[in-house]
Amino acid sequence: MGTRSFLAVLAVLAVIGLLAFGLLNKGATKIAVGDPVPDKTLPKLPGPGSGSIADYRGEWVLVNLWASWCEPCREEAPVLEDFYRRNRDRDTTVLGIDVQDNEDDALAFLNEHPSGYPQLRSVGNERSKAFGSTGVPENFLVDPRGRLALVWRGPVDDRFLAEEVEPLIEGKQ
Amino acid sequence: MRRAVLALALSLLLAAPAAGSAVQPVPKTTVNEVEGEVMCPVCGTLLELADSPQARREKVFVAKLVAAGKSKSEVKDALVAQYGEEVLATPEASGFDLSAYLVPILAILVAAVALAYSVVRWRRNSEPGGGPTGGAGAQPPRGEDAERLEADLSRYDL
Repeated sequence: MGTRSFLAVLAVLAVIGLLAFGLLNKGATKIAVGDPVPDKTLPKLPGPGSGSIADYRGEWVLVNLWASWCEPCREEAPVLEDFYRRNRDRDTTVLGIDVQDNEDDALAFLNEHPSGYPQLRSVGNERSKAFGSTGVPENFLVDPRGRLALVWRGPVDDRFLAEEVEPLIEGKQ
Repeated sequence: MRRAVLALALSLLLAAPAAGSAVQPVPKTTVNEVEGEVMCPVCGTLLELADSPQARREKVFVAKLVAAGKSKSEVKDALVAQYGEEVLATPEASGFDLSAYLVPILAILVAAVALAYSVVRWRRNSEPGGGPTGGAGAQPPRGEDAERLEADLSRYDL
């Protein structure tokens, strides 16, 4: 093989390698039931202080990714609040994580839809990527050992919580 | 005494608009200028082209900062603090995005090397006796070659 052919093959391989690396690097994280929940310490909303999912180890945690500009999140907020109030004495909590949002808008949302459950804030897309999220709202039930028990990519309603989430918490599934 | 109080009230009244205009910030950039250089992170397009619910909130955020007299770089910094690095239209200088900066530089270097190599070859071929075509100062054939050339040319004599 001549020097020219060798250089041409090298260039083609470099381009293919670059594209492959880009695809692997940009691909969304895939998470599934049974996987350890992706976790990170985040600022509380409203501050001060910080928190993480690990703070609730030993409890069931319904992680809710939301944003103030998301209309289904507004409809879902009172449903989640009711679920939290019904189950907080059964070692169960809801943990809201505000994503892809600005802080003032997020605080205004919480004034409009007060939540008794804790809220954290993730700057930008970082937590959405960690959860392999494609939008908001998305919900993830985490078992007391910190593993994913349910992944629901969309808003929850009373029926879904009663039929899909509460049986898991009660150990009926 | 009464006149003095009236004069004081009048002067305060006249001074009020002036004081108000003094604190009014002067815009250092425009909404359009900023929106053309930042992204709607949810849509993955320039903010000026986006009309999603998130983009609309981001535009309000930008407009507030511009009206408050923030410069373009200050507005961008505030956007990064709220929405992360993805909000900038320019790629990050780390990870895969770094290739957006490196590939053009490498391409220019490779092109420069190839051009320099071609120029050197072309010049070498142009030198007298340096290539297959010879040149202005090419040496005439000698000995057997000269005889054969002479014979060939004489065959074409008309």
